[in-house]
Amino acid sequence: MNGWSLVPRKTSRALVAVLAWGLASVVAAQSEAVPAFKKVDSIEARVQGCVTCHGQDGQGTNNGYFPRIAGKPAGYLYNQLTAFRDGTRRYPPMNYLVAYLPDDYLREIAGYFAKQQPPFAAKETASADARTISLGQALAAQGDASKGIPACVACHGNALTGMEPGIPGLVGLRPTYIVAQLTRWRVGERHAKEPDCMKRVAERLSDDDITAVAAWLSQQPAPKDLAPVSSSQVRMPFACGSQQR
Amino acid sequence: MVVAMRIFLGAVILAAVAIGVVFVMRPGALPADVRPRVLSTTAASAAAAATAATRVITRGEYLARAGDCVACHTAPNGKAFAGGRPMPTPFGALYVPNITPDDETGIGRWTPDDFYRMMHKGVSKDGTLLYPAMPFASYTRVTREDSDAIYSYLMSVTPVKQQNRPHDLKFPFNNRDLLLGWRTLYFHEGEYKPDPKQTAQWNRGAYLVQGLGHCAMCHTAINALGGSSESKAFEGGMIPNQNWYAPSLTSNREAGLGNWDLKDIADLLQVGASHRGTTYGPMAEVVYNSLQYLDDEDVNAMAVYLKALPQRDTEPPPTSQARLVDPQVLETGRKVYAAQCGVCHGAEGKGNAPAYPPLAGNQSITMSSPVNSIRMVLNGGYAPGTLKNPRPHGMPPFSHILSDDEVAAVVTYIREAWGNNGTPVTPAQANDLRKLLPE
Repeated sequence: MNGWSLVPRKTSRALVAVLAWGLASVVAAQSEAVPAFKKVDSIEARVQGCVTCHGQDGQGTNNGYFPRIAGKPAGYLYNQLTAFRDGTRRYPPMNYLVAYLPDDYLREIAGYFAKQQPPFAAKETASADARTISLGQALAAQGDASKGIPACVACHGNALTGMEPGIPGLVGLRPTYIVAQLTRWRVGERHAKEPDCMKRVAERLSDDDITAVAAWLSQQPAPKDLAPVSSSQVRMPFACGSQQR
Repeated sequence: MVVAMRIFLGAVILAAVAIGVVFVMRPGALPADVRPRVLSTTAASAAAAATAATRVITRGEYLARAGDCVACHTAPNGKAFAGGRPMPTPFGALYVPNITPDDETGIGRWTPDDFYRMMHKGVSKDGTLLYPAMPFASYTRVTREDSDAIYSYLMSVTPVKQQNRPHDLKFPFNNRDLLLGWRTLYFHEGEYKPDPKQTAQWNRGAYLVQGLGHCAMCHTAINALGGSSESKAFEGGMIPNQNWYAPSLTSNREAGLGNWDLKDIADLLQVGASHRGTTYGPMAEVVYNSLQYLDDEDVNAMAVYLKALPQRDTEPPPTSQARLVDPQVLETGRKVYAAQCGVCHGAEGKGNAPAYPPLAGNQSITMSSPVNSIRMVLNGGYAPGTLKNPRPHGMPPFSHILSDDEVAAVVTYIREAWGNNGTPVTPAQANDLRKLLPE
């Protein structure tokens, strides 16, 4: 990480350090995506079906479309797994993998990944300009009252680590994934339980809003405390089916 | 406040009584041995009749599971048995009908005779001929008694008002008169006739496999007319529109079970995983919806029958010429295997069954069609979660990690290594399956 604080005289050395660090993290990300476990009769061995896309500990891989799932609230992960199984969330490779898995097992898998706290992967280099980033920051932190868009932090937590039981953390997600999900939500290809709060938000976002918010989110450093916030602390701006028990 | 409390308490008590009554009246809730002991003769016979009716419904539920009615007659996320599921066929899409007992849109007005005629002859209540996506060519083997039990069970499920959607078949297949020709060629009506030369267990297995199990629907090749010939029964074939290969059950080069232990056959059917192999794809669906619920006795009977199927290899093993492979391809395959596969399947392909199936000596790896092996490498797969294996192990997808050349190389490697006598596969074959989304 030292490489980030560049001093002009040391530019070339620092650049080498950055490059070397980047390469090492790519190699690490790849080896973490290869099946590995200690004991066959363990949950670690049972979730090997997930690792080539989501990484050994759910930290994600170097493929920008596959999300980090580690540390997301167990309720959120469980809702996604059952939605993939039942076809209410469409992504054929996931639909196929979990098609014949019972609720209890999906709950166990969700709980396992919710508990993982692997380190965050290297941020992708920002390609967005300063205006885009500042629009993204404004949407995430304050929303846009003129369009009735609530701030991301209002539901996803001040540190964007999500909220128990059903709202995912947004830190550590790559722009490709965020853009794809918001777009799918807006066109009605992705749903959540009714009332579908995320649909109401996505329908108010323009293409530029989506690009901006994804760009800003993907540049956020990992907070010290990765735990999702408790729902009792927050009154949400929109009613969410996934938060009702 | 006090009045409100009384009303509330009264409501709670009423609700409790109502729940109690519903619980007692629920089919299957009253086992024979808890009947009140002192009863007048008429009440006793009425209770006995009710118990008998309950038994029939419970039996019908079991048989409906053996027939896997729910798998086709329920839309994804739909209400059980309410139909509406699209069934893509090479001839267009069929929409499976509502078989809940709704009077207007379901089979509520059907009689046991109507239901038996449908099962036995493939003719609907109103006289229309059923398309053979409904496995009446298998269900015709089902006895009248079992058909009546399934009927009783279906009458007992919650009626759902949902109009059937008309089929969307291409010309000329939208003309049901053509079915007369199909039936002449491929439909042989008749209940199962036990073979007196065989054991009762073998006969029970044959009845389940040939009848309700409708195994032949996938495991016998279907020709261009959507028919399957009895002389080719259980010889395997591609499953139309699903791009999985249902292996032959009569060839030791495929999924022939002649040299399997009965325990492994039964486990494959009921648990979904065994020491010889594991179910994925359409067979995992059958285990998940149907076979896991069958009792040990019936599963063992099916295993006995399947193991005893005559083994008649229709094609000779591949020649050494056909097995020739570029050493560089084999080396690529070995490297990919060591990096990605060996941790679960072992350096020698022995696996760690039942969690991780063996690849060495596994007929479903070496059989002539490489479709299933290529699909597994591309898309991975989980064995079905079943009563006896609720937390199955699974294999991750590799389609985003391996190129077509690498997929072809590693599949070639596992088909040829460790004494396996399969043939090489080409990158084009891997590419063909990559383009298809998993179903």
